[in-house]
Amino acid sequence: MSVLVYVDSPSGELKKAAFEAVTYGQKVANLTGTDVVALTIGTVANAEILGQYGAKKVLNVAYDGGFDSQVYTKIISQVADKAGATTVVVNHSANGKSILGRLSVRLKAGSVSGVNSLPVLEGGKLRVKKVVFSSKATATFEVKTPKAVLSLMGNSIPPEVTGSDVAVENIAVEIPKSRIKIIKVDRAKGVVPLPEAELVVSAGRGMKGPENWGIIEELADILGATTACSRPVADIGWRPHHEHVGQTGVAIRPNLYIAAGISGAIQHLAGVNSSKVIVVINKDPEAPFFKAADYGVVGDLFDVVPRLNEALKKYKGN
Amino acid sequence: MAQISQQRTEKLLEIMKLLVCVSKTPETTTKVSFMDGDTKFNTSGVQYIMNPYDEWYALVRAVELKEQIQGSKVTLVNVGPDSNDSVIRKGLAIGADQALRINTDPGSAYNVAAQIAQYAKGMDIVFTGKETIEYNGSEVGAILAELLDLPYISYATDIQVEGNVATITREIEGGKEVLQVQTPFVLSAAKGMAEQRIPNMRGIMMAKKKPLIARDAKPMTDPVSVVKYELPAEKGDVKLIDPENMEELVRLLHEEAKVI
Ligand SMILES: Cc1cc2nc3c(=O)[nH]c(=O)nc-3n(C[C@H](O)[C@H](O)[C@H](O)COP(=O)(O)OP(=O)(O)OC[C@H]3O[C@@H](n4cnc5c(N)ncnc54)[C@H](O)[C@@H]3O)c2cc1C
Ligand SMILES: Nc1ncnc2c1ncn2[C@@H]1O[C@H](COP(=O)(O)O)[C@@H](O)[C@H]1O
Repeated sequence: MSVLVYVDSPSGELKKAAFEAVTYGQKVANLTGTDVVALTIGTVANAEILGQYGAKKVLNVAYDGGFDSQVYTKIISQVADKAGATTVVVNHSANGKSILGRLSVRLKAGSVSGVNSLPVLEGGKLRVKKVVFSSKATATFEVKTPKAVLSLMGNSIPPEVTGSDVAVENIAVEIPKSRIKIIKVDRAKGVVPLPEAELVVSAGRGMKGPENWGIIEELADILGATTACSRPVADIGWRPHHEHVGQTGVAIRPNLYIAAGISGAIQHLAGVNSSKVIVVINKDPEAPFFKAADYGVVGDLFDVVPRLNEALKKYKGN
Repeated sequence: MAQISQQRTEKLLEIMKLLVCVSKTPETTTKVSFMDGDTKFNTSGVQYIMNPYDEWYALVRAVELKEQIQGSKVTLVNVGPDSNDSVIRKGLAIGADQALRINTDPGSAYNVAAQIAQYAKGMDIVFTGKETIEYNGSEVGAILAELLDLPYISYATDIQVEGNVATITREIEGGKEVLQVQTPFVLSAAKGMAEQRIPNMRGIMMAKKKPLIARDAKPMTDPVSVVKYELPAEKGDVKLIDPENMEELVRLLHEEAKVI
């Protein structure tokens, strides 16, 4: 028996999400008295360090054909069978989410997507929580099947170093032919994608126009944060679509979310409410966002943000 | 030359059978509460809408393709009780041709997908939404694709169809991917795919005459189920900081919140 963690690493580099998933797998393995096995697909640099996060084995399947959920599912399920996996963990990323449901069918395993805490065992069954109803509640799911597949929401548990490097073993499985032809992959370099970002700086209609975003970008720069925005701002083309957070955009749970000139409509909150610390800058003291905030600044963002930038520069300088 | 362009038009006009999976979801401003010892969502007084990803993106794009490719048909499918019919009718008013409701109150994404799979064979493109906004599962499309042994293209923001080949752009972390796939396949639709359509009077009148058929669900046990709901802990009061004193905010973020 084992816990198999499929580490999604489409860029060929391991990121924090990978270490989180293996750490999570390690804790599930402790709970169920088994070991964690990590799996990478394709060419992934430095996969041996997954051992530091608890992987007893690190397996690699050489397949560089690009992402196809059908092919990946067949690969992962063969490895799961070989490793005798009773729980499979994947990242709650675009690719991870596309695999989860397929894996549940192939492995005859109940699936819970976007889990954000460790499972517990209750009468031999796995119980695990996820956020539902647009961040307005948490649901505990019980997996009724002997096997489980889970996708782990980013930033849910901190990576923990508990072991040391493990040599990567290549493992041969049958690789089906893909029915998808990938033409182009555009991945922004250098910026941390929103779902993985620990620090996020976001702005809304209060910015008045796209030409004013300099102060927000500067703030993000100083902090090393990723930028986000409210939906209307993306809709009118002030900012790119992939920055839109909320119910119909990306859902995030960074350690720090700074929102300037955003009213805090329920649909916006739905995507950001799980942030650990929320700072709201708004000139209207009645803005609903203040109710969801930890720290609030009532003032004109065109004064407040530059002042915050100066204060941060001073702090970073020390 | 003429020969080639003739062929091209014919390819463009390949008739498509399009299936759109639509779900209903509580209206976004709904106050959430639970009953039966926090094991059930309290539906009393809740207003329902069609899941925005299904309505605005999946359905509208399917209807656009049908308008582009004459003779094609858009079928809606919903797994749910008869109280869902008004939401389904709205889909017909937006432009779908017919609808099927599979009569059960599904307890899991697997159950939903397995019910739909029985009717999805022979379809060229099966559309789902990116996710339902109540459970954010993003699972039904993938499960359905596996049950049907079809390719699954998730988070599509654009689809162009020529003959039986679709060129699709999909969202990935911090970027996008462009790919080609032949029908049949399953797709999940994300923002950008289409512009929301408001049904007009004519559409609403026509929808009343379009077929909406209900079928019994096949009996099934859910592989997972919710055993408990919780409301989030009350947030403490917001700490207000003097807008003149951003040094204080930086200090608090560092020393108290420990996030920078
Ligand atoms: C089904 C549905 C789904 C939706 N999904 C999303 C979603 O995913 N994400 C999302 O964001 N929205 C979503 N919305 C839209 C949402 O309801 C709000 O309309 C939107 O979030 C408002 O954006 P905003 O806060 O930028 O703009 P506004 O509501 O116009 O707020 C601007 C704020 O800026 C403040 N302000 C103005 N000038 C200044 C200044 N100089 N200094 C400081 N503050 C200033 C104002 O006081 C105000 O609070 C959705 C709506 C629906 C119906
Ligand atoms: N009860 C349902 N009936 C029909 N389609 C559904 C149902 N539930 C979910 N779907 C479809 O599956 C998509 C993803 O749902 P989910 O996996 O629950 O996030 C939705 O956007 C719908 O297109």
